[in-house]
Amino acid sequence: MSKTLEGLYYSESHEWVKVEGNVAIIGITDFAQHAMGDLSYVDMPEVDDELEKGEEFGAVESVKAASDLYSPVSGTVIEINEELEDAPELLNQDAFANWIVKVEMSDPSELEALMDAAAYEAMCANE
Amino acid sequence: MKYYDKLIFDLSKEGRQGYSLPVNKWESTVSELPAGLLRADVPALPQVSELDVVRHYTNLSQMNFGVDSGFYPLGSCTMKYNPKINEEIAANPVFAGLHPLQPAETVQGALRLYKDLAAALSAITGMAEFTLDPFAGAHGELTGLMVIRQYHIARGDLKRTKIIVPDSAHGTNPASAAVCGLDIVQVKSNAMGLVDVEDLKPLLDDTIAGIMMTNPNTLGLFEKDIKEIAALVHACGGLLYYDGANMNPLMGVVRPGDMGFDVLHLNLHKTFSTPHGGGGPGSGPVGVAAHLASHLPVPKVMEAEDGTLYIADGTCRCASSPEGSGAFGPACSCAPECKCGCQACGQISGFMGNFGVLLRAYTYILMLGKQNIKKVGPLAVLGANYIKESLKDVYKLPIPTVCKHEFVFDGLADQSTGVTTLDVAKRLLDYGFHAPTIYFPLLFHQSIMIEPTETESKETLDEFIEVMRKLAREALESPEYFKEAPHNTPVGRLDETTAARQPILRYKDLV
Repeated sequence: MSKTLEGLYYSESHEWVKVEGNVAIIGITDFAQHAMGDLSYVDMPEVDDELEKGEEFGAVESVKAASDLYSPVSGTVIEINEELEDAPELLNQDAFANWIVKVEMSDPSELEALMDAAAYEAMCANE
Repeated sequence: MKYYDKLIFDLSKEGRQGYSLPVNKWESTVSELPAGLLRADVPALPQVSELDVVRHYTNLSQMNFGVDSGFYPLGSCTMKYNPKINEEIAANPVFAGLHPLQPAETVQGALRLYKDLAAALSAITGMAEFTLDPFAGAHGELTGLMVIRQYHIARGDLKRTKIIVPDSAHGTNPASAAVCGLDIVQVKSNAMGLVDVEDLKPLLDDTIAGIMMTNPNTLGLFEKDIKEIAALVHACGGLLYYDGANMNPLMGVVRPGDMGFDVLHLNLHKTFSTPHGGGGPGSGPVGVAAHLASHLPVPKVMEAEDGTLYIADGTCRCASSPEGSGAFGPACSCAPECKCGCQACGQISGFMGNFGVLLRAYTYILMLGKQNIKKVGPLAVLGANYIKESLKDVYKLPIPTVCKHEFVFDGLADQSTGVTTLDVAKRLLDYGFHAPTIYFPLLFHQSIMIEPTETESKETLDEFIEVMRKLAREALESPEYFKEAPHNTPVGRLDETTAARQPILRYKDLV
């Protein structure tokens, strides 16, 4: 059974967002890593890239599948998790402890359209 | 089966040789090469005798599984039998001895065969003209999309940058579209597994280059709304692309051209019995409606007024064009009667495709003939439905309807012991069958996609059904043993993740 964390925002495309000030820390959910299987590669954007909400900003690949990552918010990439370049398995070990990108949000009100943990769990139950 | 996993480097013995090279009489030229291009040491090639090489590859070949060794129900791949007469014809020295750079006047027969095969494919699909140049299905997809893009560009309609792809599509569809520089828009499937027309309608506007469809789709279901979809897409100015991967059930029965498709590719290595798997090589001819013919890629085989055939390379030779306008004359207004290929979407192959494969497909078509080619589809459909109906009580059938050449189960009906589709595929190997396609299409979580093809006997289908039923019982009775399958193959479950994360690509990295 996949887990979720309270206090995070969730997107329909299985990203989570943790908010610190004006910065959105983005990763993939435990449900997503579970569905993908052992990850072999994480494709990430570059620092200073501008992202639109809903825009593709990278991808995760496993032996079984490749899946695009969609930004849950608009803003500027300020940091990427370089550890994932050599160790994509970190996302399998703990999807919530290992973030993928940090984005300086241009419109924090976009967060309101995202789900909370309970709503996300309900969505996953239907998948 | 004798287990054998040696690399040819393992057999190497210093000084052993299978062949003596003649003395290099041109040694002096080596000194004229820049030092940076010269090897410091002799290359580390394996040193083996002829017998070592023969035994090595014979042993390796026995570790392989192919259509010639057993049933291969890999969905969407149409692993039909490759008749041996195809090989006989392709090996004939009059064809095998041709050189791709021979002047056109010395290969009129081969060029005529190219045109005749194109005409046969036109008759089968209802498309006006074909290029046989693409080397594989996905290469055909890219070529077809380039034709669509060129069509819009030639009309000055530069807004059309989006292509619609159903969520049930083969993964190559969005991949080919992305390589072609198009943006992908997804259209959903409805509860019956077909393109949802209501979901499609709002996507259609003047930015749509076209839609890519597979019919029957990857669930093996006929897109019965195709006429309505064609009308809608055409009304917004887009074109319809037909992914021919699933052409087998329709061959000689229904024509994509009559459904309203403008462009399609075929997989000769699927529908037309040329070898598939193990590298093929493949062949992905592209057919187009008459209004797109001038945009087919070069090199093109064209017919002069006196009946001789020539190869158009795209250099503009039109009387109306300015002197020396060079290749692919965008300023030329000759289309659609272009005779030099200057309106082509580009060049997609050095020569005329995989000619040896074209020969095999042509042989297949002539061997079947007009009457028998019509039997292929119905027999493929009958076989698929027979398996589906015989197993649907023990495997979950998400869309219970008549299928075409293939169908999809969503795993075992009883999944209480945790046996997954992957486990079923692995255990099937123990019984001497190739696994079906698994975890595709993505519409279900436990997809098992089965395509028997028309070339299998009822006895083979019955044997497969019996084993599949046995597997369903085993999954409940001994799930632990099941999950460790395969047990009778040379290797068990491979560590695919480590292979993907830390691939060892050279012998040197292994030792």
